[in-house]
Amino acid sequence: MARTMKLRIFRGNSKDGGLQDVSVEANEGEVILDVIHRVQAEQIGDLAVRWNCKAGKCGSCSVEINGKPRLACMTQVASFDEAETVTITPLRAFPVIKDLVTDVSFNYKKAMEVRAYEPPADLKPGEARMQQIDVERSQEFRKCIECFLCQNTCHVIRDHEENKKSFAGPRFFIRLAELDMHPLDTLRNRKQSAQEEHGLGMCNITKCCTEVCPEHIRITDNAIIPMKERVVDVKYDPLRWLGSVIRKREGIN
Amino acid sequence: MAIDSDTKTSKTGVFSQGRAKLAARTYRTDKWWIQPAITAGVLFLFIVYATYRAFENGKYFAAPLISPFYSPCLAQNCVKGSTSFVGTFFGTWHVFGMTVSPSLFILIFPLAFRMTCYYYRKSYYRSFWMSPPACAVAEPHKKYTGETRAPLIIQNGHRYAFYAGLVLNVFLTIDAVQAFRNAQGQWGHMSVGTLVLTANASFLWLYSASCHTCRHTIGGRLRNFSAHPIRYKLWGWVSVLNHKHQEFAWISLFGVAFADFYVRQVSGGSIRNLYFF
Amino acid sequence: MSNQLERYKYDVVIIGAGGAGLRAAVEAREAGLSVAIVCKSLFGKAHTVMAEGGVAASMGNVNESDNWMVHFRDTMRGGKFLNNYRMAELHAKEAPERVWELEVWGALFDRTKEGKISQRNFGGHEYPRLAHVGDRTGLELIRTMQQRIVALQQKDGRDHGDAEKFIKVFAEVTITEILKENGKVSGAYGYRRENGEEIMFEAPAVILATGGAGKTFKITSNSWEGTGDGHALALKAGGHLIDMEFFQFHPTGMVWPPSVRGLLVTESVRGDGGVLTNSEGKRFMFDYIPDVFKDKYADNEAEADRWYTDQANNRRPPELLPRDEVARAINSEIKAGRGTEHGGVYLDVSKRLPADVIKKKLPSMWHQFYELAGVDITKEAMEVGPTCHYVMGGAWVEPDTAAVIDVPGLFAAGECAGGMHGSNRLGGNSLSDLLVFGRRAGLGAVEYVKSNGANPVTDGSVVAAAAKIEAPFNNPGSENPYALHHELQETAHNLVGIIRTKAELEEAIAKIADLRARAKNIGVSGGRQFNPGFHLTFDLDNMLLIAEAAAKSALIREESRGGHTREDFPKMSPTWRQVNNITTWNGSSIAVEQKHLPDLTKELFGLFDIHELEKYMTSDELSQSRGGSN
Ligand SMILES: Cc1cc2nc3c(=O)[nH]c(=O)nc-3n(C[C@H](O)[C@H](O)[C@H](O)COP(=O)(O)OP(=O)(O)OC[C@H]3O[C@@H](n4cnc5c(N)ncnc54)[C@H](O)[C@@H]3O)c2cc1C
Ligand code: SF4
Ligand code: SF4
Ligand code: FES
Ligand code: FES
Repeated sequence: MARTMKLRIFRGNSKDGGLQDVSVEANEGEVILDVIHRVQAEQIGDLAVRWNCKAGKCGSCSVEINGKPRLACMTQVASFDEAETVTITPLRAFPVIKDLVTDVSFNYKKAMEVRAYEPPADLKPGEARMQQIDVERSQEFRKCIECFLCQNTCHVIRDHEENKKSFAGPRFFIRLAELDMHPLDTLRNRKQSAQEEHGLGMCNITKCCTEVCPEHIRITDNAIIPMKERVVDVKYDPLRWLGSVIRKREGIN
Repeated sequence: MAIDSDTKTSKTGVFSQGRAKLAARTYRTDKWWIQPAITAGVLFLFIVYATYRAFENGKYFAAPLISPFYSPCLAQNCVKGSTSFVGTFFGTWHVFGMTVSPSLFILIFPLAFRMTCYYYRKSYYRSFWMSPPACAVAEPHKKYTGETRAPLIIQNGHRYAFYAGLVLNVFLTIDAVQAFRNAQGQWGHMSVGTLVLTANASFLWLYSASCHTCRHTIGGRLRNFSAHPIRYKLWGWVSVLNHKHQEFAWISLFGVAFADFYVRQVSGGSIRNLYFF
Repeated sequence: MSNQLERYKYDVVIIGAGGAGLRAAVEAREAGLSVAIVCKSLFGKAHTVMAEGGVAASMGNVNESDNWMVHFRDTMRGGKFLNNYRMAELHAKEAPERVWELEVWGALFDRTKEGKISQRNFGGHEYPRLAHVGDRTGLELIRTMQQRIVALQQKDGRDHGDAEKFIKVFAEVTITEILKENGKVSGAYGYRRENGEEIMFEAPAVILATGGAGKTFKITSNSWEGTGDGHALALKAGGHLIDMEFFQFHPTGMVWPPSVRGLLVTESVRGDGGVLTNSEGKRFMFDYIPDVFKDKYADNEAEADRWYTDQANNRRPPELLPRDEVARAINSEIKAGRGTEHGGVYLDVSKRLPADVIKKKLPSMWHQFYELAGVDITKEAMEVGPTCHYVMGGAWVEPDTAAVIDVPGLFAAGECAGGMHGSNRLGGNSLSDLLVFGRRAGLGAVEYVKSNGANPVTDGSVVAAAAKIEAPFNNPGSENPYALHHELQETAHNLVGIIRTKAELEEAIAKIADLRARAKNIGVSGGRQFNPGFHLTFDLDNMLLIAEAAAKSALIREESRGGHTREDFPKMSPTWRQVNNITTWNGSSIAVEQKHLPDLTKELFGLFDIHELEKYMTSDELSQSRGGSN
């Protein structure tokens, strides 16, 4: 059941570029990445697109399809009408390198800024004991395939280049939440640094990150909001603050 | 929208240097503006109605029913029989010679609760402030600082509004219980009004119980669930409700408005509060 | 060209950022060396990310009877005793430590009731042995390693003011050549995929950790990276490949729709109760239990079903036979006309487990079928068929140090190294292999660098390497790299696939030679900036080598064993068991030589029941080994 698909693909680099119309054959069951590959093989040999697994597991093939941030390998051709012209552009929050490939180094820089997991100093390999219910919350965040679709769609940086300095983005808010909820992590200032260094307060919980996450991680509800609440515990709640001072004095905690 | 051209020339956001040279602020083909438009419309209507009712200072009591907009009624000028059992410690206030509606003393609490609610924040940031109007649709603002500074830093006080909300829920629950009386104050009766107030109180409890702060306080803040099995159970239940917080937010909003409207109609005499027994 | 060439100096260059490469990097850095990690895709995207089922290690958390000896036995059995016994031994002994170490670095495996790392059943493993996180274990492994690298970098940042001073990741760089001076490794040369610009690393030690070669075949579970680059680099540097005829065809790949054909359906589906049936509704695996496994696998449905709840008193279901057996069985069913509409067989868990359990235990499988095939596996059966999954063959290395034989300074670990898995790899044994031998390659490189010191690159080598990269742009030829790749895949699939014959293999060898000649005429369109056609030209050259090595080795090995089945020689042969095929490249074609396998030590020999060994070994061997070396 072959059909023709009309595409408008961004061609260009950081200096110049625009949308180019192509039409290409598409077969039953194919995804957008398949038709991009067909364009590559038959029409535009140097059309750049990033991909790896073609199974929604590596998070390489992030692009915007009809304006929505998505994985090209998990977007069915059948979800578009045959009459429709489908627009495919690179991610629009990051600098473009060529065609559909963007420079996502921002995210690796931010990854470097989140202090690594810090196990208890005396924990010997094989001795960790953790209950399933204690690791489950963090496990949800570790499903992240680093497609950076959430980072791309987050208006804080998508619409405000200048915020990139001070904002780590949803991908790294789940990383912070993962560590803060990790039963064995010993670093105790994650909440403070989330707010003071990573820009958690810039997030206005408008949930676009959650909407686009291909792993269906409930970024806002399960990571960002709980982190915001934890930040309130240590920074903005006078009663909690008082409580912690008293407990410290009495040697509890 | 006029803002469109503004953004284009200002070369920020998706039009910044280095990003793909694409002219439109979004390439979404779906009707992304419908959702924020509906939200804005409904919220706007509610605000208009609530404001009108808060200042109306009347038609809020029809024994045994009291409108949730006026309960607990803590002023001396509350209509006879409607004053709360806790007392009338606000006395009667006058501003510019006008009597202040007793509603205003208590409405600020649910207002603060809902204004700082994580869900409502999402909806009004999107629909009123358009920050962003919808996902991957460029927002019209040139600068953005989120909730990092005044006034929005106040949002971090949501938990206090939540506590206040709980107190109000208690009062409204008492109102619902009291509605199991007839107009003469005899117990053991039930009317449409009883149902309306009971439903209203229940929705409010669901709304509060599904609140993110509630989820945090009840167990979310713990690091080791296994050391607190009961709180883990509770957290699990609250998490299930929390999943539906958006729904409860709307249902309870309509619930309150409807309860008030019902009491107003009964009190004004335009309908009769039908008794089942 | 060379004055604007991007140049770096490191102690070790690691090619590959999968599990093996990253584990090697950690080891080398912790020993004080400076390390460059080079990979073709972004950091954290290597193929390891796709591993689903788990990592095998005999921690004994679920069944206390498990230990390294049982694991060793299973590995040797799975590989049909063609494994390098020393590698299998090191692997079985060290795997638990490597897994525990991951936990110290932040991995969050699923837990047992006692709070230990949970372990699941997998084909060929006697006890529940695979540490796992749902069905995304590879992701957990790679993320943990990636974060471990970041942790080391952060520490360097704090201690030395520059996080990238001692470990730097060069993402989206393809290495095209290992540089050598005076017969020893001196560095590596390649280009940045982003802009096509060339890049040179000077380093006395290079570790290959480039993963598999599945893209040589038409139907494969591998990503585009699986083009056998490390295999080819080792050959071109003067090293050898071992046992290249052995490719693992995973029994269960998706068959429909065509665009996802080959995509893996994890073995856990069967481990968790999935059964295979043909179009007649028959659970056919009972008909395919080979003699060597008769005492370990149930021959009736009732016993097989009981096994899921009582493993001590029942034999396991035949669906959990080693992969080669299951793949061949499915292949035979389909050939006999009992396949499904789209040329597969049915795999069904929906009747065995409740929907919520399926979604919890196999979340990404559910997702994969739902989103890509429109099949809800909690309600319907999946259609599956064999897919090229793993290459057992690889660089010929010293077991203890992972040093590539005959190339001083070159090391290889992970899927691109050979020997460990013999003729067939058990599920879960690859991830543990990556960790065990990744670490050993790191150590090997450390020792080597300490005793050998620098080996500067000469201008001559740089000019020669640069010329090769330039070549396709100057070529006026009209061959299209995509079309050639397609032809190669067809050839490999049809003629060097699951079932092989002499005639077909000979045909394949001729075709591959022809394709190699045509590949010289590839003309690349477009510029150097992120140009996939240009990239494929290099990958294709490597895959041609892989295909040739596979076809030639397969032609020589006149028996059927593990991942190599000859229709004309359907039996295992004890004499062939003693032989490894070693391939060498002379610049224009591949030569294959036979080497005698190292003998089992007495200690390891003693781990087996003699009657079991009788099925694999010649009587000479048996009498020798019993009194054999130690
Ligand atoms: C779908 C699937 C599921 C699997 N499930 C399991 C499982 O459950 N358990 C198990 O044990 N095993 C499993 N395996 C096998 C296992 O995942 C692989 O064998 C293993 O990940 C290989 O790891 P590696 O470190 O050797 O290389 P890879 O992870 O393949 O990494 C190779 C690296 O080398 C780089 N590279 C390659 N060529 C070059 C070059 N020329 N220049 C620069 N860099 C280069 C790549 O960019 C990449 O970073 C599975 C495999 C597949 C395909
Ligand atoms: S919820 Fe916060 S982090 Fe997520 S997209 Fe919105 S602003 Fe960004
Ligand atoms: S959180 Fe989701 S959207 Fe964000 S990078 Fe991870 S997988 Fe992608
Ligand atoms: S290619 Fe890996 S997620 Fe799409
Ligand atoms: S009431 Fe909505 S989050 Fe608290």
